[in-house]
Amino acid sequence: MRSLRTITTIAPKRGRNVELVLIALALAVVVLAYVNVEVAANETVPAGLLGHAGILAAIALVVHLVLRWRASYADPLILPIVTLLNGLGVVMIHRLDIAAGRDFGDGLAFKQLQWTALGVIIAMVVLVMLRDHRVLRRYTYTAGLLGIVLLLLPLLPLIGHDAYGARIWIKLGPFTFQPAEVAKLALAVFFAGYLVQTRDVLALAGRKVLGMTLPRGKDLGPLLVAWGISILVLVFETDLGTSLLLFGLFVSMLYVATERVSWIIIGLTLAAAGAFVAYQLFSHLQTRVLCWLDPFSPEGVEQCGQLGSGLMGLAAGGLLGTGLGRGRPWLTPLPETDFIFNSLGEELGLVGIMAILALYAILVERGLRSAIGLRDGFGKLLATGLAFTVALQVFVVVGGVTRVIPLTGLTLPFVAYGGSSLLANWTLVALLLRMSDHARRPEAEPDTPVPEAPTEVVRR
Amino acid sequence: MSELTVTVLRFGLLLLLWAFVLSLAGVLRSDLYGTRVINRQGAPARSRRPGRDQAPRRNPRVPTHLAITSGPLTGTKLSLRDKGVLIGRNPESSLVLDDDFASGRHARIIRGEDGWYVEDLGSTNGTFIGDYRVGEAVPVETGTTIRIGKTLIELRS
Repeated sequence: MRSLRTITTIAPKRGRNVELVLIALALAVVVLAYVNVEVAANETVPAGLLGHAGILAAIALVVHLVLRWRASYADPLILPIVTLLNGLGVVMIHRLDIAAGRDFGDGLAFKQLQWTALGVIIAMVVLVMLRDHRVLRRYTYTAGLLGIVLLLLPLLPLIGHDAYGARIWIKLGPFTFQPAEVAKLALAVFFAGYLVQTRDVLALAGRKVLGMTLPRGKDLGPLLVAWGISILVLVFETDLGTSLLLFGLFVSMLYVATERVSWIIIGLTLAAAGAFVAYQLFSHLQTRVLCWLDPFSPEGVEQCGQLGSGLMGLAAGGLLGTGLGRGRPWLTPLPETDFIFNSLGEELGLVGIMAILALYAILVERGLRSAIGLRDGFGKLLATGLAFTVALQVFVVVGGVTRVIPLTGLTLPFVAYGGSSLLANWTLVALLLRMSDHARRPEAEPDTPVPEAPTEVVRR
Repeated sequence: MSELTVTVLRFGLLLLLWAFVLSLAGVLRSDLYGTRVINRQGAPARSRRPGRDQAPRRNPRVPTHLAITSGPLTGTKLSLRDKGVLIGRNPESSLVLDDDFASGRHARIIRGEDGWYVEDLGSTNGTFIGDYRVGEAVPVETGTTIRIGKTLIELRS
């Protein structure tokens, strides 16, 4: 309907004080979880409680201060959620350390804390150095190239590293790293920059079939390239999770950029076709599907008893859980990485993991809300893409361990043990915070004229 | 540790976790921002505010508001504010034209020292007063009609 509309801007509260209170609450949850674990293990409140809680508190508070300094309008919910998830993950990993007989000093929890600190430092550097996310648009194609190189790194002969049947690590001396975690950020920047340029062509040209506008054949190119790359990752790195994540990211951003349902249908068809052909050709995929459909059959138990045992763990937890430190999550292999969701589910119960899923949902919602508030197309697409990465990753992991979809090797963001995942996800959060600051900051004055830019002479 | 303490600790954790989630929900509820769109067709008098928005002098030749006399928005009025009125298709504009002939930031009505001026912001299809295509700011007074695409905007006092 055509009408006269006047538009006034509603400025949000900065919310930094709210954020501080919520961080305190998040820390209280983590400290209580820690006390639960220690009481279950040693019957006493841990001696180093204040010191260990202090490390996490310091990490959260430093980011909070940087936000006050450099992004004072940033979303007040993102940092507390991430603090809680990260802290709860560390507590769970510490609990599994105790079960495995490792000390705090040389356990995985301490390493996870060190990775957290490093991730936070990188996040703060991003927040301080990157004053405006639109700068990233200049590096669209650099980011695309970087993303593809990072994806292919594990295939290189010397540094590539095979583990658990997937070739997704690189090994440099004592360190192993999953470059795909960083690649997803670079590719999100690339997709956003690329789609904001080409979306008009992708959205407008085409014929109408069955009430849906099909794109022209030549506009399918980018989608086919993204599809090809994810198939390559699937075939050569045998990494179903990353493959799903990348293709899902591209299709969802394509949909957001063009508002065309036909892209989703074409994307899903391509993915299904690729998955079907790969399923026919590769035995490890057949194993995955067998485990998904029938984990308790004799072959299923033999091939992947971990999935069945993880499900038994969840069942043992029931509604309210066994209490932190009182279950037996170590019976499942990889309880602190792939199956940390089952470990949490066993000890916190359905009530606890629903709260964790709600936290992820709110985190994703804040990302999408920032995308709506942003005033540039590139930022909108990038924020959507980053938020969707988190959503898709949580879906693939949780869906995998609860038998909604076949099990794949992705990490639960912020919670699962893993350095590369933590670094990449803290960077992702820094980008989201930067963009949410941009989205919420009231504009100086909508009616002020844009400063006249001098005409530039381009020499060739 | 007694059984009671352990139970309290165990359920306390779940309670506190949910208290956190619910307080996030509380913040979400109060955290509204963005732009408020006031649709004035049908109830034009409701949101018109006198006072500050009016031009200070009551000289009848100095306009105080805009009225749309032709085009899809016919009959709507908008007061001239001291910081000016931005006209265009961009939703950030004060006057949002749903007109294919209007540019995103089409024209601006600004306050000069001695009255109001209209200025074209480099629009594709131009801003006209009569047959004159507006470029740099030109003064306007009560009775002037500005044409943007299919929309005629008259200045009134």
